[in-house]
Amino acid sequence: MKRITIDPITRLEGHGKIEIFLDDAGEVANAYLQIPELRGFEKFCEGRLVEDMPQITERICGVCPEAHHMASVKAADDVFHVDPPPTAKKLRELLYSAFYVADHTTHFYILSGPDFVMGPDADPAVRNILGVIAKVPDVGKEVIKTREMGHEIIEMVGGRKIHPCGALPGGMSHGLTEEQRQHIEEMARSLVEFAKLTIKVLDDVVLANKDYVDLILNDSYIHRTYYMGLVDENNKVNFYDGKVRVVDPEGKEFAKYAPREYLEHVAEHVEPWTYLKFPYLKKVGWKGFTEGPESGVYRATPLSRLNVADGMATPLAQAEYERMYTTLGGKPVHATLATHWARVIELLYAAEHLLELSLDPDITGPNYRTIPTATPDEGVGIVEAPRGTLTHHYITDEHGVVQKVNLIVGTTNNNAAISMSIKKAAQGLIKGGKEISEGLLNKIEMAFRAYDPCMACATHSLLGQMPLEVIIRDSHGEEIRRLSRGLHGRVTR
Amino acid sequence: MEEFEPKIVGFLCNWCSYRGADLAGTSRIKSAPNVRSLRVMCSGRVDPTFVLKAFQLGADGVLVLGCHPGDCHYKEGNYKAARCMALLKKMLAQFGIEEERFLLEWVSASEGGRFASIVNDMTAKLKKLGPLAQHR
Amino acid sequence: MEKLRIAGYWASSCGGCEIATLEIGDKILKLAEVADIVFWPALVDFKYHDVEQMADKSIDVCLFNGAIRNSENEHIGKLLRVKSKIMVAYGSCSYEGCIPALANLTNREGIFDRVYIETPSTDNSNNTFPQISYQVPEGELTLPEFYDTVKTLAQTVEVDYFMPGCPPVGKQTWAVLEAIIQGELPPPGSVVGAGTRALCEECPRTKEEKKVKAFYRPHEIIPDPEKCLLEQGLLCAGVATREGCDALCPRANMPCTGCYGPPEGVIDQGAKFLSAVASIIDSNDPGEIDKIIESIRDPVGTFYRYSLADSLLRRARIK
Repeated sequence: MKRITIDPITRLEGHGKIEIFLDDAGEVANAYLQIPELRGFEKFCEGRLVEDMPQITERICGVCPEAHHMASVKAADDVFHVDPPPTAKKLRELLYSAFYVADHTTHFYILSGPDFVMGPDADPAVRNILGVIAKVPDVGKEVIKTREMGHEIIEMVGGRKIHPCGALPGGMSHGLTEEQRQHIEEMARSLVEFAKLTIKVLDDVVLANKDYVDLILNDSYIHRTYYMGLVDENNKVNFYDGKVRVVDPEGKEFAKYAPREYLEHVAEHVEPWTYLKFPYLKKVGWKGFTEGPESGVYRATPLSRLNVADGMATPLAQAEYERMYTTLGGKPVHATLATHWARVIELLYAAEHLLELSLDPDITGPNYRTIPTATPDEGVGIVEAPRGTLTHHYITDEHGVVQKVNLIVGTTNNNAAISMSIKKAAQGLIKGGKEISEGLLNKIEMAFRAYDPCMACATHSLLGQMPLEVIIRDSHGEEIRRLSRGLHGRVTR
Repeated sequence: MEEFEPKIVGFLCNWCSYRGADLAGTSRIKSAPNVRSLRVMCSGRVDPTFVLKAFQLGADGVLVLGCHPGDCHYKEGNYKAARCMALLKKMLAQFGIEEERFLLEWVSASEGGRFASIVNDMTAKLKKLGPLAQHR
Repeated sequence: MEKLRIAGYWASSCGGCEIATLEIGDKILKLAEVADIVFWPALVDFKYHDVEQMADKSIDVCLFNGAIRNSENEHIGKLLRVKSKIMVAYGSCSYEGCIPALANLTNREGIFDRVYIETPSTDNSNNTFPQISYQVPEGELTLPEFYDTVKTLAQTVEVDYFMPGCPPVGKQTWAVLEAIIQGELPPPGSVVGAGTRALCEECPRTKEEKKVKAFYRPHEIIPDPEKCLLEQGLLCAGVATREGCDALCPRANMPCTGCYGPPEGVIDQGAKFLSAVASIIDSNDPGEIDKIIESIRDPVGTFYRYSLADSLLRRARIK
């Protein structure tokens, strides 16, 4: 059977390899997304101090460390049964909103944007951020400035631009001065303008281009799955806090749970050809790589968040939310490539929310920390990472030394769906006899890029080995010892 | 099969413990030959890096011997050792280095017998424990 | 003037070093004038087979981040070394192991059992584990081998320059890129993009006398924003960490955790940090000393947070 390998996949965070098998007619028999990376956070965090976890686990990902920083500190708050003061929570949300602006900008313009601005078939030498900057220099400059501003705010509140250090169980390490607040407010206003500009770029470059719209609505990129996202008490999208809501492929609420209940709803499946596990809805069950209401496969992406929520909590984003659903024919939207649109709407919401928080009188409050007093034991923290629902679960001893860790990370939620998207795109694009160009392979990669995957996040786990048997004989040939390493990698005597 | 002979690296201070070790020798007190003694001027001179390097190079055990509290030739050196080696011992446990493998003890210049019994005791314990798992 | 050919790669890392490179901001435009990116999976679409087809030493500079965790990391590290004139270990992971190196306290089996069997959300009654070679109906699928021990880049290939930091800060990254562009690099083997002394030299806090009767964990106190954190009983690694980041964490009222690695001349950062902490304990009484150090509940995670793979012991000894 002929095989096409895409190795490594590019313009995402992390490592991946796609193997496409063609039958004799040149049609796609199957396609596999293999994730070759793994580090083992769920094991090597055992023995660490729970207050160090926000800084340790954020190194799961350098693109979205803020997401882990927040989920981790919320889990640590829960471990200590401590409720941070309002100023601390607002500071965290402020940091988080600035992060969302920078991160969604990075994805839209640097990671996936080149496919649209330069075109999916463009020469790889220009199909990247440098090509985008050369083609649309004014937009390019705004992108650079926006990321700088986002990171400046993160540094002010979190201490550092990448891998912040400001969150602690009980609150934050420091507060904001009025001078800093004013500066943030100023930046937030220009970020709202930039978000509006990005909506315009989407309209002009993507939605006005018939070929791209056809691509978005092409059945090869459509999956009717369940959707998951965090919502606030009004069922509006919230990245930092709330309950997890799941809707079925028709858009009806299927489940709603608080962080501590996550194990009742989500389980993870293992396959031998990838390091990354496959979460699925426990109450529906794992039925394989299929979609529909009978399959436990769900998606947690910006599009999912908009699908599960009843709306956006800020006015401009709400208007865009309504426009998207009107344009695409109602809720829920199943078109994977529409995720790019949802992402831009979230960018707008994040900027508006950032401005709201910068104007909140509590934001410069002097009380940014509550010292925990209860005995630590166990806790769960959930936030929405840009790439999906992020769950951190810690068990500690009575001194707050971590004993057990369980993590279900943004992109991991989407592992099954991404695999299905790649296969379906491959089957739609590779037809018997048709030439397989580099651009065509890139269009297959576009199927995963819509998810803005973060494979470093997704994989914090491990790998197995070939079975092996070693027989040790003495000089007379008598067997002294026999060691076997089974499929599971465990050595037995 | 040959019996396992632990390799022990010892850091002995010039003024007390090294002389105590010497005395054990001249008094013909039987002590296990497993300790390779290194003379330092003071137990406070022993940097944690020396201990870690010894383990890295293949030592099964490390011994640091200094003057009794109050008797240090440099007044405070052995107190420095007490603080540092206590913290080091705690950390070594996390490296899978069992507590029998690392010892800080006080031996005076006149305590040949004490030197011998410390060395014999450690050697016996390490024989039971076996060699330290190696990594290159 | 021919453009420089630059490559970037991430081994076992988090992507933070890629984002760190973007911290040079609009200087990326200057970079684009003088350099072409010939391979960098995060940013451009060239694949492994493109690198294999390059002539040896045809890449002028490779910024390699990430630790060597598996056989793919090792293979690509060696491949890029052959194809590159200058190999830079960019960031803490490739320099000294960083956070992934904490896995050296366990091994493949330990990690394996936790992730694929024990974790409460995992449903794996068949005891399925990922395989380095697996037959699906259509053919063979392969995965890299996961090693027991995390290694640094220099423990795998010859490295020309080391850039510390988790990740390196923007202005240091640009300083090094500029030096590369001007052709003004120091002798090979040097640490670049950082100073030589301890972080204390860059830290604005007042330093008086270091004598503590108790250590605190960061969530237990709200420290004075002006005074040295170590003097207040927090375990601040600055005393054993190379300057270069401008003391970002102490300025944010948090102790330094050591991500810039050891200062010049220090071979084992954890040992240095441990020794510094021990030396400020204000007691000669063994009982009191024990009580004071009792609150240090994770020595290896505190002292070797980023540098375990490059330490003297390198890993825990597991029977």
